[in-house]
Amino acid sequence: MATEAVRPRRRKITVRGPGKTLIKLIVNGETHEVLVEPRRTLLDALRKDLGLTGAKKACDEGTCGACTVLVDGKPIYACMALAIECDGKSIETIEGLAQNGKLHPIQQAFVEEDALQCGFCTPGQIMSVKALLDENPTPTLEDVKRAVSGNLCRCGAYPKIFKAALRAAKLLHQGS
Amino acid sequence: MPKVIKTKTEFEGRVLEEYVVVEGEGLTAWDAQAPLKFVGKKIPRIDGPERATGKAAYTFDVQLPGMLYGKILRSPHPHARIKNINTQRAETLPGVRAVLCYKNTPKISFRRQTFIFDEIVRYVGDEVACVIADDEEIAQDALELIEVEYEILPFVLDPEEALQPNAPKLYPDGNLLGGQPEVYQRGNLEQGFAQADVVIERTFRTQCALHNCMEPHGSVALWEGDSLTVWDSTQHIFGVREGLARLLGLPLHKVRVIKKYMGGGFGSKNNLGKYTVIAALAARMTGRPVKIVLDRHEENLATGNRPASIQRLKIGAKRDGALTALELKAIIAAGAYCLWPPSVGGPARELYACPNLKTEQYTVFTNTGPLSAFRAPGYVEGTFALESLMDELAKELGMDPLELRLKNYTEIDQTTGRPYSTKGLREAYERGAKLFGWPRRPEPQGQLRRGVGMASQIWSGNGMPPAYALVKINPDGTATVITGTQDIGTGTKTVLAQIAAEELGFPIEKISVEIGDTQMGLYAPLSAGSMTVASVGPAVRMAAHEARQQLLDVAAQVLEAPRESLTITDGLLSSPALQKPVAVHEVLKNLENFMIIGRGAREPNPEDVTVNTFGAQFAEVTVDTETGEVKVERIVAVHDSGRVINPLTLSSQIEGGIIQGLGYALFEQRVVDRNTGVVVNDNLENYKVPTALDIPEIVFEMVERPDPRANNLGAKGVGEPPIIPTAAAIANAVADALGVRIYELPLTREKILKALQH
Ligand code: FES
Ligand code: FES
Repeated sequence: MATEAVRPRRRKITVRGPGKTLIKLIVNGETHEVLVEPRRTLLDALRKDLGLTGAKKACDEGTCGACTVLVDGKPIYACMALAIECDGKSIETIEGLAQNGKLHPIQQAFVEEDALQCGFCTPGQIMSVKALLDENPTPTLEDVKRAVSGNLCRCGAYPKIFKAALRAAKLLHQGS
Repeated sequence: MPKVIKTKTEFEGRVLEEYVVVEGEGLTAWDAQAPLKFVGKKIPRIDGPERATGKAAYTFDVQLPGMLYGKILRSPHPHARIKNINTQRAETLPGVRAVLCYKNTPKISFRRQTFIFDEIVRYVGDEVACVIADDEEIAQDALELIEVEYEILPFVLDPEEALQPNAPKLYPDGNLLGGQPEVYQRGNLEQGFAQADVVIERTFRTQCALHNCMEPHGSVALWEGDSLTVWDSTQHIFGVREGLARLLGLPLHKVRVIKKYMGGGFGSKNNLGKYTVIAALAARMTGRPVKIVLDRHEENLATGNRPASIQRLKIGAKRDGALTALELKAIIAAGAYCLWPPSVGGPARELYACPNLKTEQYTVFTNTGPLSAFRAPGYVEGTFALESLMDELAKELGMDPLELRLKNYTEIDQTTGRPYSTKGLREAYERGAKLFGWPRRPEPQGQLRRGVGMASQIWSGNGMPPAYALVKINPDGTATVITGTQDIGTGTKTVLAQIAAEELGFPIEKISVEIGDTQMGLYAPLSAGSMTVASVGPAVRMAAHEARQQLLDVAAQVLEAPRESLTITDGLLSSPALQKPVAVHEVLKNLENFMIIGRGAREPNPEDVTVNTFGAQFAEVTVDTETGEVKVERIVAVHDSGRVINPLTLSSQIEGGIIQGLGYALFEQRVVDRNTGVVVNDNLENYKVPTALDIPEIVFEMVERPDPRANNLGAKGVGEPPIIPTAAAIANAVADALGVRIYELPLTREKILKALQH
């Protein structure tokens, strides 16, 4: 689920590069213009060009999920998308969740359930849970497991991540 | 006055004797029944919000103005001499700022007889050169432009082959670490076996496992004049400071090491890494900050592993199950370098009463990636062999496996003859058995076969001096805990805040904890060996205690109330002499910027008892006889780690340890190509770590027996204990399901199907 890649638009193929090229990324509702090399991944564009280091890089090859962000509402591995592919798209990262200094219910549930140890996988886990709950507000345990099955956690916080996701679903329910 | 004394400490299976300076008066541990407000409570991590919002800046996230990036060129050969390196083409690539190799860097010795940039490479992945460039992509491009001429040398990958007299040698004095095996003996082995009614001997093999912490190893180095600041993803900021100062010839006060958040280490970040030294050299050379972080492949090649072991284990017992003799010969594949060999014989030496015993360990250099500590090094491997053989012995004797273990239970540390300070293993067995429903015999089944198994755990986790802390009470009534430890993902910060809040009588929200920076000057030991809380926690409690005394002194005078009548709860001072409770900041507000500073140090370990942790785990598995797939259905764990400070974060560590143990039991394994020495699964695609879909039901309880001799908290460590018995319990359950035993980890489908054919 978390692995769906962003495909380049089929209709017209734009040739980019060599050298840096200007793109527009809409990140957490704010528009940014950035000059990137065509080979720059979305993850590096977020981390290095925009200074948004919430999405983590643990493999840079689509095998861990630490870099999970939402592009047009869908979870993707940001290390597996080129920044130029995301030109003009709407990107949601972990930094966009908390509003006015208040944790998002998913973040709150992660903290309360202790669904994080070192916390390095956590932004990715939370974004995968966010994608799940956006689509399915009343998930089962199995739904949760599937939703985060592309997010590795070497500390083994999984049992708590499951609990946190289910608790977040309840919190969101109460809130709405 | 400080006193200099000698103390014994067990660290990862080895007893160290060292001099320590003891200061301050010891506090006695809280009583088991003491009504505590914060200690023992499920308090969510105080730094949870930073981690959950992406605000926590890990070393990997550090970005400094003008920062350059380094990428390391690694050897493609398992053993070779570098005849020449030509870096010219790489250097002329636009954006490349420097290329470091043995030609242009000082010859700095590192680990045994080798150098930071050595002219000999000893495994596929060994460091050859480093490119420093404006960005990572450029550095990567430049790596391909470096021309290296190698003289290929003969290599050896297998530790048994490496012990042969004609094997290719990694070092002039041979492939055996120390030139001889490490031997431990007690009693008379021959007599012991002669007395036995039953003798069983088996060979067990365990695989090489890779840490794969999510945050890769890495450092950022910045020079300001002749002062060096390094951000490092490390389990020991003071160790890194000492190492850097020594290797670079700097005084300690010119080196500052910072580690605020870390994305896992599991032992692989215990020591100074080459990349850190290289970053410091490169930053000096270029005059710019330099960041070197390893990629996932480098992580799996060059940052350590749990080494493979071959264990020949022989056990002798009487008909009634009493052990008479135990002999272990273990061979460990160290890889190319070795700082701290794991103690594979630890469980055999300590777990059971056995008068006649010998363990012999050969730690052997091979042309593969070097070992490092990995969560309970040696004990995970040793427990698998020992507890497997105990099950076979039980079968042979017609005894219940648990009954056999109880038969050989010991209240005395078998290696020193001293009693244990406390030992809750019997209770762990009993409660675990009850929770699990042991000995429930699974029904015979068709394609899916069920099995159950159990295993025991022993590990130090006692903590050690020196460790220091300060607790400051600020004029606004808040308090700051300062110590030089680090939180490696275990929840250290939270636990220290709980201890300080408890001792001060302050609400926990009023406590902040500053750790992870050597500049604050308060030494704390490495975060390893399950000893952070037991080392640093007591110092924090003592510092808080001292701060509280000072506060009471001041308050008595300011409030004109008898000192003995004053109490502090919830940050309020009360006394029958006062009309109503007074907040701490009210007391301090008229004293300008007066600050209370309490100082604490870790007390020495007791000399007449052994402080240990214990536990038992029970596993239930189903094995699919058609596909060979093992599914772990349930793990029941009961551990004794003394007083529990935070049941919430502790439960996370227990679950995490079990899950790592499950991966080790079933699928984790580094695979090295025999012909080339190349690691073929140096990534997370092919090296399998447990995912959300592999998680069994985990039920656990703590014995919760505060250990008043351990330290002033009564707490011991819990980081490593839960991983120790998991693989052994699972292997015993699989043997139960199959009716035959597999002597080699991991228990892959291939091995299961092969075992079923017999
Ligand atoms: S960093 Fe993108 S999947 Fe691992
Ligand atoms: S919390 Fe450490 S990797 Fe998930």
